[in-house]
Amino acid sequence: MSGFLVNASLISLLTLIAILALRLHRLFAVVMLSGAFSLVAATLFVVLDAVDVAFTEAAVGAGISSILALATLSLVPAEEKPHSIAFVPAFLALATALMLAVAVTDLPAFGDVNAPIHNHVAPEFIKGSAEDIGIPNVVTSVLASYRGYDTLGETVVIFTAAIAVLLVLGGYTRPHRRKIKSRKKGEDKNAG
Amino acid sequence: MSSLAGQWNYFLVIALMMIGFYAVIARGNMVKKMVGLTIFQTSVFMLYISMGKVSNGTAPILTGDPQTLYANPLPHVLILTAIVVGVATTAVGYALIIRVYESYGTIEDDELIKMIEAEDAEDSEDMNGETQSA
Repeated sequence: MSGFLVNASLISLLTLIAILALRLHRLFAVVMLSGAFSLVAATLFVVLDAVDVAFTEAAVGAGISSILALATLSLVPAEEKPHSIAFVPAFLALATALMLAVAVTDLPAFGDVNAPIHNHVAPEFIKGSAEDIGIPNVVTSVLASYRGYDTLGETVVIFTAAIAVLLVLGGYTRPHRRKIKSRKKGEDKNAG
Repeated sequence: MSSLAGQWNYFLVIALMMIGFYAVIARGNMVKKMVGLTIFQTSVFMLYISMGKVSNGTAPILTGDPQTLYANPLPHVLILTAIVVGVATTAVGYALIIRVYESYGTIEDDELIKMIEAEDAEDSEDMNGETQSA
């Protein structure tokens, strides 16, 4: 029961932060709230026994994401145009929530030891981590050994994303902008 | 109904997920959309991590005691990968926002649609003029 209280209060806090982030119009505050959201989410991950995920979420989700967002805000306007409630999206969100809620009733109960997920490959990973690999942290041995190709794929995705960011923001793909600027400068000089 | 009471954590996470979903589809500001996407994404992570939780279990770090119950490490690994990939895609999203602002001077999508439609109308007029002169 105490688990319910801790989880429910953490998720309520997350909901509060999310609603505030949705309602505020100053984007600086919105971005900082999104960082706070990641930090509270990391706390929830600790409560759910996922300590490695909590580390990553706190470092990457709350840290690097916020830095990226702040860097963006230094280049774009930091104020949002006011909006009223959009009814079609609100209806869509409610309908999706309803469908997900119906689907979730088919899942095994929260924390159930006999759920299928706990009786497939997970026991072998826990046993093998000590015997085959010799690392006490099972998450590390699964990440780096049993499912090492997933991690390789992950690094490929990060590399691709880095190339995409360089292509989008790098100088090679946007000569027009500079030409326009220099042309304008030239006109100004001529006019002066 | 007893099975419904066992799934409370999932229902709470779904409520959170839908706030992020609403922010993505209802808000016109692109930075707000990205923040909504982050909230949506993190809620999905919570759903997965909830599935790996075992009652009275502990974090999947071996204690040496054969009686210990461990949380399922597999969703943790998947979500570790997903968090890092999520930040990589977020970086691309922000880069595109900066680029859109440089080209159009706005990051509100309703203003952007108007400008693009006006540009398209100009282009089609130009095309008509060219074909007539030819």
